[in-house]
Amino acid sequence: MSTHLDPAVKGGKAPDNKEVGADRKEKTQGRLAALLITPTIVVLAIVIAYPVIDAIIMSLQQDEGLDPATGTFVAGGFAGFANYIHWLFQQCTGPGGVEVSCPPGTLGAQFWSATGVTFFFTVVTVFFETILGFWMAVIMARAFRGRSVLRAAVLVPWAIPTAVTAKLWFFIFAFDGIANTLFNTSILWTGSEGPARAAIIIADIWKTTPFMALLILAGLQMIPSDIYEAAKVDGASTWQRFRMITLPLVKPALMVAILFRVLDAMRMYDLPAIMTGGANGTTTLSILVVNQIRIGFNSAAALSTITFLIIFIVAFIFVRFLGANAVESASGGAKGKLK
Amino acid sequence: MSTSTATATTTADARSATAKGVARRRARWASSRTYISAAVIVIWCLLPFYWMVVTAFREVGYTFDPTPFFTHVTWDNFATAFSADRGNHLERAMLNSLFISSVTTAVALLFGVFAAYALARLNFRGKFLVLGIVLGASMFPGVAIVTPLFQLFTDINWTGTYQALIIPNISFVLPLTVYTLTSFFREMPWELEEAARIDGCTAGQAFRKVIMPLAAPAVFTTAILAFIAAWNEYLIASILSNDATQTVTVAIANFAGAQPHQEPYTAVMAAGTVVTIPLVVLVLIFQRKIVSGLTAGAVK
Repeated sequence: MSTHLDPAVKGGKAPDNKEVGADRKEKTQGRLAALLITPTIVVLAIVIAYPVIDAIIMSLQQDEGLDPATGTFVAGGFAGFANYIHWLFQQCTGPGGVEVSCPPGTLGAQFWSATGVTFFFTVVTVFFETILGFWMAVIMARAFRGRSVLRAAVLVPWAIPTAVTAKLWFFIFAFDGIANTLFNTSILWTGSEGPARAAIIIADIWKTTPFMALLILAGLQMIPSDIYEAAKVDGASTWQRFRMITLPLVKPALMVAILFRVLDAMRMYDLPAIMTGGANGTTTLSILVVNQIRIGFNSAAALSTITFLIIFIVAFIFVRFLGANAVESASGGAKGKLK
Repeated sequence: MSTSTATATTTADARSATAKGVARRRARWASSRTYISAAVIVIWCLLPFYWMVVTAFREVGYTFDPTPFFTHVTWDNFATAFSADRGNHLERAMLNSLFISSVTTAVALLFGVFAAYALARLNFRGKFLVLGIVLGASMFPGVAIVTPLFQLFTDINWTGTYQALIIPNISFVLPLTVYTLTSFFREMPWELEEAARIDGCTAGQAFRKVIMPLAAPAVFTTAILAFIAAWNEYLIASILSNDATQTVTVAIANFAGAQPHQEPYTAVMAAGTVVTIPLVVLVLIFQRKIVSGLTAGAVK
């Protein structure tokens, strides 16, 4: 698992004159590495770091113009943390400059509900995707004829653009659509909170479970089969083999897959934006940011910074406490060969 | 005496035969269970896609006809999808997406190949940090950069331009490219390069004749993944594009039908089919490569 520590061996170079050459070699390699990596880092700094810093600076400025919630004029200029307070405490500027809580229906009143919706979608979709993905991966790992058909079929939902997926499921869940016909129901799927959320969750599960399954499959295929043989000889049951061998050994891959999916689900935008436009309790944080951009940049910048921090904290918790070490697993180790 | 022995042997034979039969039956049951599960997965994955294609070929009047196979077949929906009269410039949107995705992929590969080579092959301090930055960048939420970019591009009159759509795409396609290529490069038999040099190749020849052919499939697979990621982007394009530079995802989301206040389901499904079929064909042809590329960066 730690081949990255010794690329010289992996590169096929004999580890001779280690004492003398290693230090010098590392230095020259370091210079070459810097030369090769700097362009990428510079580009990432321009397209990510600069906008993020710019967003933080913007978020400390007041948006000039009429407060859309209350209709009072707000002057621009330095605002301190006013934008953050506006979102976190759902405070708007009322008549006469008095802070009042934002009227229901305005964007300012939706921060905590959007946060709740985002977490709700994340937890529910990732939960089902993990279970279904695991099941799919176990089936795909088995040797049987026509396995490549299964692998190819699984890639179809993954390849379809999310925007098309959204339109497709919007059609499936239309009032006269095939879902209602098939189950003999007459539900207005995108018309109220429960069904609207269910429709988005089902579409998301359809679209992303294959990705989850493939990541878990790669983890499953790293487990050497002789462990299973040995356990079988020792009389371990199928369930015991699953609990004592498969689960612990696939756990690192599984945690990374879950981390990837959680971070992806937390920025969910395309499906709810196209299927419901954020109506009926489906406004996620990303939708709220986009809606705010059209009203005021600076306030939107504060909200996007909060969103970024929330996602960052979640990622941190995953890596720190749940052992999802994406960097470690990406930086070396035996690769799960997919045959 | 001899008879009893014979009987005993027969019984033992029979018993082992039954045991074999049970084992065989159990194996057959296990394998048919696998096939049933596989069939369920295949149907679940393909059925919605199939439904999209069926609807794309159906006359508008039969939009909600639940017949599960091709009936009332027509090409009208495709005509509507490409109908400029209705404001559906699908061909223009496809060209836009093709251009934006290609440039994004090319730029990402240009930078990514070098970074990935260094990360896979060279030993240097701060490697973990660089990998961490790249992975962190790939999971970066798009909304966090879209606000300042929107303001910036508005200030310099870039909204709706191609560069305004390509630059943000690089923020997630470049990290994807770097970590996919890194794990591919790590797998490559680089010692062949040295062997070629020993056999008398110049550095240039070794690169051209040994390394390039070896690296080409990895770069190609990464290019497919990068292209699909850029092609499927919606959030940034929906905010930063205008009518002329609209990408396919945005065009499909804003589709207009024959009647103004009616959702043009069949035309949207036709457009979705047109946009998706190339991707599906690509995926089916390069299925194995794509799977290894998808999982390469994540699980190792």
